[in-house]
Amino acid sequence: MSVLVIAENPKGNFKKSAFELTHFGHLTAQVLGTECTALVIGEVADAGQLGKYGASKVVKVAYDGGFDTTVYNRLITQVAEKVGADVVIVNHSANGKALIGGLGVALDAGVVSQINGVPTVDGANLVVTKPVFSGKAFAKYNISSSNKVLSLMGNAIPPREVGSDCAVEDLTIDVPNAAVTIKEVKTVDGTVPLPEAELVVSAGRGMKGPENWGIIEELAETLGATTACSRPVSDTGWRPHHEHVGQTGVAIRPNLYIAAGISGAIQHLAGVNSSKCIVVINKDPEAPFFKAANYGVCADLFEVVPKLNEAFKKALAQ
Amino acid sequence: MNLLVCINKTPDTTAKIAFTDGNTKFDTNGVQFIMNPYDEWYALVRALELKEQHGGSVTVINVGPAINDVVIRKALAIGADKAVRINAEASNSMMVAKNIADYTQANDFGIVFTGKESIDFNGSELGGFIAAYLGVPFLSYASSMEHDGTTARVTRDIEGGVEVADVQGKFVISAAKGLAEQRIPNMRGIMMAKKKPLEVVEPTSTDAHVTIAEYALPQEKSGVKMIDPENMDELVRLLQEEAKVIA
Ligand SMILES: Cc1cc2nc3c(=O)[nH]c(=O)nc-3n(C[C@H](O)[C@H](O)[C@H](O)COP(=O)(O)OP(=O)(O)OC[C@H]3O[C@@H](n4cnc5c(N)ncnc54)[C@H](O)[C@@H]3O)c2cc1C
Ligand SMILES: Nc1ncnc2c1ncn2[C@@H]1O[C@H](COP(=O)(O)O)[C@@H](O)[C@H]1O
Repeated sequence: MSVLVIAENPKGNFKKSAFELTHFGHLTAQVLGTECTALVIGEVADAGQLGKYGASKVVKVAYDGGFDTTVYNRLITQVAEKVGADVVIVNHSANGKALIGGLGVALDAGVVSQINGVPTVDGANLVVTKPVFSGKAFAKYNISSSNKVLSLMGNAIPPREVGSDCAVEDLTIDVPNAAVTIKEVKTVDGTVPLPEAELVVSAGRGMKGPENWGIIEELAETLGATTACSRPVSDTGWRPHHEHVGQTGVAIRPNLYIAAGISGAIQHLAGVNSSKCIVVINKDPEAPFFKAANYGVCADLFEVVPKLNEAFKKALAQ
Repeated sequence: MNLLVCINKTPDTTAKIAFTDGNTKFDTNGVQFIMNPYDEWYALVRALELKEQHGGSVTVINVGPAINDVVIRKALAIGADKAVRINAEASNSMMVAKNIADYTQANDFGIVFTGKESIDFNGSELGGFIAAYLGVPFLSYASSMEHDGTTARVTRDIEGGVEVADVQGKFVISAAKGLAEQRIPNMRGIMMAKKKPLEVVEPTSTDAHVTIAEYALPQEKSGVKMIDPENMDELVRLLQEEAKVIA
């Protein structure tokens, strides 16, 4: 038995999530008294660097087609069998989420998605925890099957370096034909996507209109943060819909979440309440968001946000 | 084309979350239940639109006990032609998927729709399971889907953008915001829903590899620290030195 992690490499590069996942696989392998193998699908320079985060080996499978659940599941299942893995872990990313069910069926495995901490062992069961009810509670699951498939929530554990580069082995796998044809992949360059962002600056209806977003973008730029918004803001087209966070939007877990002009409705909180630190700027002292915040500023955001930006600039320049 | 839409019943988004029986059961006392928003607003409505465009039928399916019929009737009121309830406690997504896949195989469906996730257990698992049981592709987190009768063009939400893919033949799709616009049932729909068929079938599988051992509530925040709006340097200092979230 061993642990297999699937290291995502969009555009031929690892993202932070691949290091997080590898390190998580390493910690899980330690609990189980085994080793962690990292699987890389497609070409990536410097795949051996996953060894730094705890992979004892990287296996690489050549594949230059686009993302296709049928292909990926077939391929991962074969690799799991070849390396003798009984625990397969993916990121709880767009593609990871699309794979867990298929891997569960192929490996006849118990599946738990979006786990937020290293598993423990209780007799014959593997025990994992995940947030449920949109972050309003946690649930502990027992997995009793011999194979397990898990997806790891973003920003759940920091990727630590524990070793040095490891060996990379090329595996030849018989890859089935793709069932879907990828026509186009459009991603924004330069900014960290929301689900992966460590710093997020967000604003709501208190902004009065889309023309006022300059102060939010400036603050985000100073911090190197990603911008987000409340649902009514994206519903009315003030901001693009991929910025919408909350129960019906993206769920995020940054280290710092700054919310300006957002009231803090329960459906908004559901997507952001796992943030490590929340700063709320609102002119209404009764705004419910203050109850969920670590730091609050009760004032007009049009005055406070530029001042906060200046203060950050000053501190970060030092 | 015949379309199948999986609908789940979830606590209302404002429901107070509490547990009973030594934190092993969700306390449904006083909880209002609704149709999972992604299923109702996006998956079901897009299926209805496709039927309006190309003909065929829309069936909704739920795995759950008889009290779920209220939510199922709402889907009929919004416009589904018929409903199926698989009479079992939906204890985990693999078991739910196996039952839905078995039903799908015994009946002819071109596309199976799910929501992108249930807002209670936030699994995002079911669609992938069903697709694998059926041996068809799974297109997750779809924010748009056009179908010309032969080929579907699906836009998937991915980190920081979208991916556009073409697929032919049968497939499973999970619905994200953008796939359709919410429809509110009207009086006529509600009256007609009462006459539409709601078939109850017995489960084919109840196996589970996964069980919930215990629930916990998050720790209460220790209370918000209010900062003087004239002193943003102090806020920055606290973020650096106390919260340690900024270098
Ligand atoms: C089923 C369902 C799902 C939902 N899902 C989501 C979701 O995923 N995400 C989401 O965000 N919402 C969601 N909502 C909507 C949610 O209930 C709220 O309506 C929404 O979050 C409110 O957005 P807001 O805070 O931007 O606006 P408002 O509630 O209008 O709040 C604006 C805030 O700005 C403050 N303000 C105004 N002017 C200033 C100023 N000059 N300076 C400082 N502060 C100012 C006000 O005091 C107020 O608190 C959902 C609702 C439902 C029913
Ligand atoms: N008990 C159920 N019966 C029918 N469909 C369900 C059930 N549970 C979940 N679903 C569907 O699966 C989707 C994803 O659910 P989940 O994998 O639980 O996050 C939901 O949006 C529903 O479309």
